Amino acid sequence: MTGRLDRLEEVAADAYGRIVATLIRVTGDWTLAEDCAQEALAQAVQRWPQEGTPDNPGGWLMTVARNRAIDALRRATVERRKLAELAALTPDGTGPGDRGKEEEVVDDRLRLVFTCCHPALALESRVALTLRTVCAVPTADLARAFLVTESAMTRRLTRAKTKIADAGIPYRVPSGPALDERLSGVLAVLYLLFTQGYNADGDPAFADEAIRLARLLRRLMPGRREVPALLALFLLQHSRRAARRDAEGRLVPLERQDRTRWDRAAIAEGLAALADADQDGPYGLQARVAACHATAPTASATDWAEIARCYDALSRLRSTPVVELNRAVAHGYAHGPQAGLALLALAREGGALDDHPLALAAEADLTARSGDHARAADLFRRAAAVAHSDPERRALLDRAAEHSL
Amino acid sequence: MKYMMFVCSDAEPDTDRSDWPDIDVWVAENDARGRRVRGAVLAPESAATTVRVRAGELILSDGPFAETKEVIVGFDLLECADLDEAIEVARTHPMARAGRLELRPFAEFEQ
Repeated sequence: MTGRLDRLEEVAADAYGRIVATLIRVTGDWTLAEDCAQEALAQAVQRWPQEGTPDNPGGWLMTVARNRAIDALRRATVERRKLAELAALTPDGTGPGDRGKEEEVVDDRLRLVFTCCHPALALESRVALTLRTVCAVPTADLARAFLVTESAMTRRLTRAKTKIADAGIPYRVPSGPALDERLSGVLAVLYLLFTQGYNADGDPAFADEAIRLARLLRRLMPGRREVPALLALFLLQHSRRAARRDAEGRLVPLERQDRTRWDRAAIAEGLAALADADQDGPYGLQARVAACHATAPTASATDWAEIARCYDALSRLRSTPVVELNRAVAHGYAHGPQAGLALLALAREGGALDDHPLALAAEADLTARSGDHARAADLFRRAAAVAHSDPERRALLDRAAEHSL
Repeated sequence: MKYMMFVCSDAEPDTDRSDWPDIDVWVAENDARGRRVRGAVLAPESAATTVRVRAGELILSDGPFAETKEVIVGFDLLECADLDEAIEVARTHPMARAGRLELRPFAEFEQ
């Protein structure tokens, strides 16, 4: 019984986005598309346990959703063209006229992702709409993750869908030079989504969704080498998820993690994606850093010189306070704590890292390794005082205690 | 779709003066492609008069309807396939660099 429902969940995760994407293309009605896809899933939950799982579960769901859309549109007596096009949809979501038409060959889900991530929508709306429409994340879960009420989240989603219709945002994957710009916007939304899931107090399911979407994009846009770079970054970071917390829920720093608990399958998939990726772009460089950690047999065997080189390149490409901070840490391990402290002082010059918990923690760590334990303990306590989450705070106070002995 | 493109001033124009587009080239190209229906430069806001009627009484005031640093200095009425095309038209307008442009679709009413 549960086995069957697990199978249903697996099929649903893959089918939902495809159904919604196709029905939006044909009907132009986002709400109708989502309602029909959900109705199809609800029917599957009811009927599959009794009637048995159909041979082609995804096709079954598409057919049920399509019929539901036809009924709804009949009742609303809308244009005959949409009805005819719906009636002609096959279970894989294509229509008889689709073969050979360049525009139609594009997977509907890709269109849906690009539309949800359109830069004319507010960034917070892009993330929420992608999760809701492509990944079928319930509105209540989105509201919890983004710290707003459910009705506020519903309004945000409705406003975004209304703007798509009213402003004439096309349901299309752009071509030519516009694709570069827009793809980097899509990847930025996925990155934000992943971070939301990977943060200490985030919802880990969002990280899974980001990985699923990155895999989908990679499959649908095989020529774009920045996509496997992003996928590799996600997988290599995510491979550590089981080792990032101890039994009490405290964050465990990388160098103390039990490496046997790292997800070897995720690491292997990540390394394979990286081999296929552009390794010198912003995501490729970050993925290379993650790969250095993932492949080091022990913390002390980490190739910090390579990590320092990656951060040097990232710093040239896109210098941000956080990149400069990580660069200082990497040089601290590769070339000694004094080299790290010197770069950290440089990174601080703009003032953006003032009272930054990670900057204080990094300074504390470098100071401890240079031998000044009293000062290190004080810096760990200052970092704990400004930490963003309880797990981080507890981890920093533990470090302070170690150096107070 | 029809878009009203409001051409506005901006307190912080682009400091990069390279490849500055030419307004005559922009108008000629978009007129030829049928994407610009018409457009005009407006007289300065000192020439504006705001009109209201309240309880049957005409109330006139000197100046624009809203006092802001950024003001509308002109408009273009665009006819484009979708927002992406309208954005392409807008990004090549010199005032996208010197000021800012607002794209407002015409409201569509179902019969």
